[in-house]
Amino acid sequence: MKAKNKIAALMMVLSLTLFFFQCSKDPQIPSPQVTGVTFTVPHGWPQPVYNFEENTLTDAGFNLGRRLFYEKKLSRDGTISCGSCHQQFAAFANAAHARSHGIDGQFGKRNAPALFNLNWQSSFMWDGGINHITVQPLAPINDSLEMDGNMNDVIAFLSADASYRKMFKETFGDETVTTQRVLKAFAQFLGMLVSSNSKYDRIQRGEAGYAFTADEEIGKSLFNQRCASCHTPPLFSNFSYRNIGLEPNVALQDSGRMRISESVQDMHRYKMPSLRNVEVSSPYMHDGRFKTLDKAIDYHINKPYYMSNIDPVILNGQALSADEIQSIISFLNTLTDNTFIHDTRFSDPLYK
Amino acid sequence: MIHKSLLKWFGIFLVATAFNSCKKDKPKEDTNIPPVATGAFNLLFKNTVGDSALVLETSEYKNANGDTFTISTFNYYISNVKLIADDNSVYTESESYHLLSAFNDNTLKIPLKNVPFKKYISISFMIGVDSVKNVTGIQVGDLDPAKGMFWNWNTGYIMAKFEGYSSKSPEVDKTVLYHVGGFSGSNSVLKTVGLDFPTAMTVSETESPKLKVKADVLEWFTSPQNISFSSLYVIHAPGADAKKMADNFADMFSIITN
Repeated sequence: MKAKNKIAALMMVLSLTLFFFQCSKDPQIPSPQVTGVTFTVPHGWPQPVYNFEENTLTDAGFNLGRRLFYEKKLSRDGTISCGSCHQQFAAFANAAHARSHGIDGQFGKRNAPALFNLNWQSSFMWDGGINHITVQPLAPINDSLEMDGNMNDVIAFLSADASYRKMFKETFGDETVTTQRVLKAFAQFLGMLVSSNSKYDRIQRGEAGYAFTADEEIGKSLFNQRCASCHTPPLFSNFSYRNIGLEPNVALQDSGRMRISESVQDMHRYKMPSLRNVEVSSPYMHDGRFKTLDKAIDYHINKPYYMSNIDPVILNGQALSADEIQSIISFLNTLTDNTFIHDTRFSDPLYK
Repeated sequence: MIHKSLLKWFGIFLVATAFNSCKKDKPKEDTNIPPVATGAFNLLFKNTVGDSALVLETSEYKNANGDTFTISTFNYYISNVKLIADDNSVYTESESYHLLSAFNDNTLKIPLKNVPFKKYISISFMIGVDSVKNVTGIQVGDLDPAKGMFWNWNTGYIMAKFEGYSSKSPEVDKTVLYHVGGFSGSNSVLKTVGLDFPTAMTVSETESPKLKVKADVLEWFTSPQNISFSSLYVIHAPGADAKKMADNFADMFSIITN
């Protein structure tokens, strides 16, 4: 009996050891892992442009994408991750940076945009140069002013890291790291960044206990008359390219949409940003020139800089008074989604 | 007894864990067995400068404008390869995307598979990557952006790439760099090439033809427009210059008959 007990104990220890070895966690492995990942189109919203076609959304894929988003080693010198310039508390914009610092302390040319509801967008970047969510991360990873990396190095790094190989296996069935797999995982994380739980949304859904204040109502009415043709609900952008009369910063040599279309008509046109979470995603405009919302509204509505292709809505629009602007801001503040900016599923997995 | 049953459970656990970790997908059965008898048809591309074989770096060449140059990179995509038979039926290669590179002779060989036993009289293919693959996100194989033929900032493939040096280039390091791309609307540089075979080529149980196709770099720099390296020396975006170059290189392919 005693010998048997010993064998039993030994077997238990052995099997437990084996079990833990199989699931052994490299110190790099993020924790906690997100489970139950599902994508839902919010009530009353249009169908998304991208719905994870040929990229089945899974917990493993989302967790891999989440870790990649915060992985600094995707950059040339291991100092910059996507999350460096896209900060969750700023709705994944870069708070307090007109133009983001990239590698070697270099400034980019434009203001890092907020990231949410990306599955509803058919083009990305201020100039719309990128046409699919699954190729979007290639731009900042490769840009010499941003992460200055390249996919061959990225693949080599990920392939050499046991904890990543494990995540690739969990996601794709084997450990092979390819460009396509990296980007599919990225798209799972990015596509899941849905912001639809602002006060505005709760009121739209008729949730008990939520109502606009009198000032917000005034702002909403003004917004619908003056802003909604371009910043169209429910996404609060129609994603068109417009020249809104911002005096060009000559030093930046930025022609906007024209860089992509090569059409003079697109000179200084930029993609309409969504106004969701605008309260927390300061600074504003493609070059981050305005720190406050009242300035951002005042300048592009009341003090446009004339250019031949300035948008008629801007050129012919009536001025807004300071009070009207404040009311509009009150309404815009109802678009802040605190659930989204505090959602731990989207935070850096290496930090709590 | 407790130990015994525990032992048993751990035994089961151990076995189950082992099995779980060794679980592998069964190999997929090939359900796409071709209904007709098929064979192979081999495409062999040969990069040339005029009549001589292209040599990277070390050889100096002269374009139609009289500008001398050397070549450091010469890459292009071939896609949508089709063979036309004498009964007008068409063989279409599946997932037909090939990056041909002067850096690697293996990329110049394209073995067409599952080609029906027939007598073929011509071939067609696209220079570049069709628009569908430019708008449907991340791709694999030769279409992997890591191959260096993809614009990250302005989505789309570089359909053909020439890089070299010429003393005529105004660039400090005398670079000449043509990254030719653009897939949509008026900016499209996509060209479809059709080449008739001098004599019909038969695919049968005993015959696997080899078709040699020449790609002549000099055609980039002449007809319809002569290119001067002093005036056009950099192309790195879709647009008029890229289209000009594509109009020129559209006729760079010809069949080698000897």
